[in-house]
Amino acid sequence: MSLLKLENLSVSFGNFRAVDNISYQVDEGEVLGIVGESGSGKSVSSLSVMGLIDYPGKVSADKLSFDGQDLLSMPETQRRKLTGSEIAMIFQDPMTSLNPCFTVGYQIIEALKTHQGGSKKELRQRAIDLLTQVGIPAPETRLSAYPHQLSGGMSQRVMIAIAIACNPRLLIADEPTTALDVTIQAQIIDLLIDLQRTKKMGLVLITHDLALVAEVAQRVIVMYAGQIVESGPASEVFSQPKHPYTQALLASLPESAAGKSRLDALSGVVPGMYDRPQGCLLSPRCPYATEHCHNVAPENQGPIGRQVKCHTPLDEMGRPAA
Amino acid sequence: MSQSNLILKAENLKQHYQVKQGLFKPDAVVKAVDGVSFTLEKGKTLAVVGESGCGKSTLGRMLTMIETPTEGRLACEGEDLLTLTKAAQQTLRQKIQIIFQNPYGSLNPRKKVGDILEEPLVINSPLNKAERKRKALAMMEKVGLKTEHYDRYPHMFSGGQRQRIAIARGLMLDPQVIVADEPVSALDVSVQAQVLNLMMDLQNEFGLSYVFISHDLSVVEHIADDVMVMYLGKVVEQGSAKQLFETPRHPYTQALLSSTPQLSPDKRRKRIKLEGELPSPLNPPSGCAFHGRCQYANERCKQETPVLRSEENGQLIACHGVEEGRIEALVAGAA
Repeated sequence: MSLLKLENLSVSFGNFRAVDNISYQVDEGEVLGIVGESGSGKSVSSLSVMGLIDYPGKVSADKLSFDGQDLLSMPETQRRKLTGSEIAMIFQDPMTSLNPCFTVGYQIIEALKTHQGGSKKELRQRAIDLLTQVGIPAPETRLSAYPHQLSGGMSQRVMIAIAIACNPRLLIADEPTTALDVTIQAQIIDLLIDLQRTKKMGLVLITHDLALVAEVAQRVIVMYAGQIVESGPASEVFSQPKHPYTQALLASLPESAAGKSRLDALSGVVPGMYDRPQGCLLSPRCPYATEHCHNVAPENQGPIGRQVKCHTPLDEMGRPAA
Repeated sequence: MSQSNLILKAENLKQHYQVKQGLFKPDAVVKAVDGVSFTLEKGKTLAVVGESGCGKSTLGRMLTMIETPTEGRLACEGEDLLTLTKAAQQTLRQKIQIIFQNPYGSLNPRKKVGDILEEPLVINSPLNKAERKRKALAMMEKVGLKTEHYDRYPHMFSGGQRQRIAIARGLMLDPQVIVADEPVSALDVSVQAQVLNLMMDLQNEFGLSYVFISHDLSVVEHIADDVMVMYLGKVVEQGSAKQLFETPRHPYTQALLSSTPQLSPDKRRKRIKLEGELPSPLNPPSGCAFHGRCQYANERCKQETPVLRSEENGQLIACHGVEEGRIEALVAGAA
């Protein structure tokens, strides 16, 4: 049973489409990885699921449903009850996403009070339990700490505690470890995966770190310039990429260039607001692009669950189909 | 190792800061860098690895003489940088340049690219305006910028292009050593590969030596000849890149390597879970700074500070456990 279902979701700011007709779904108890470079629309698409896109941004979709309920047509008050309790989100930079003016305890209890209620004593106890759950030592004393008194890793643990406070069924983690050191990153990812397994949550892990996704996600979506260019089981996508962009991303990792002196870099950059090309968006950077690619935008190909947006998907040998 | 190839030599470099703790309390001392020694040869790359707060950026600032070390010796081509006169220092300074981490913060937004590139020449060379422009344009071509970019402002460029500008600026005075402080960590993967390729091309062309400061071990493995792992201001392991990545000995290096995500399953190492975080440098633990997070720590580690010892293969390690033979090297693929 799919928990979150998106069909042809677009987010536009004026004439610019930051997210362009994307469809995907997340099942219960599944880790879905979304990878892409900056400007590929991965954060904007998840913000739109949370209902956090403000004017002048516009969200449109054929379908945006959570657990069978349509998120777009439901009244605002009902949707706000869902987000924060059933669907929760962790943001990239823990140092700036916590309010510096309030204590950690206040901010955790705020989420609990809004969605569940209870007496002061119960709420406090629940907050302590949550801090213990996310592995913060001496939680009773930490409740009265302000965010600036915590390190980056600790702040991210507090963010996770707030996010899981109401036992969400879907957790969206937007670059949860990008601002952290590797050893702390490993701790936070272990914590997230542990929580996801014990609570049977759906987890959407948005990141630009391909190796991280390869290690933890079951399914992966690769985004480029607002579009989903490839999707499929993580092991398949990383071992046999079908889209030239996925192939190029993997090749540009230093890990793939062991023994070689140069990295296989993809030339150019992700097209921005004013330089979106005609036809396939990757065509100016793609080593296999043909005349057809420059003129006509490709459609999604392949079975549901292993799709690729390319005129000439790559075969097992990594060469384009004729 | 021939003496003539040696370009930079640091001996026991220390940077201690005084920190005021209040009106009536005595000042505390933060030992940001505490006794670092290394040698760098011409055309080689030394990588400095560690988590934030371990002193790797402070080390970079000392090498470029942005800060004067509290103690220690630093020699460039045999000349001691710290005892020279101001004028002699200025000429030597040109030989060591720095590239900063964030190209969005390190370029003056009010200056055109041309002015940014020419400023080092205005200060340090007798060239006239036309000559400076010619040199700037030549350098822009080398780093992959177009001539029409000369009159543009930094905000008109993407992150990768800005880092190219920063690299060009660092190269304007024909330096021999470039200290690159996390040069690619603010960039996307595909752009990161472009910039790394550029840096390696320039190294071949000009025979540059790099001090490459980074926390990304996969980048370091690719670019470095020698690696130095730092923890809380001290070097814990030092050796060639091959030794360090194939047979990491120090428990901290092992933990760092095992927590770096790997794309291919057969390269993954057994995950060593590190508890806790980097201790505060204001109040460092007694004995080995790493003992609170180390799974092998014993009584001796808590009391006695380990010193860097050389192993048979030349790898330098500061660990009691390795010295006593309690800790094995961690091989890849044991996951």
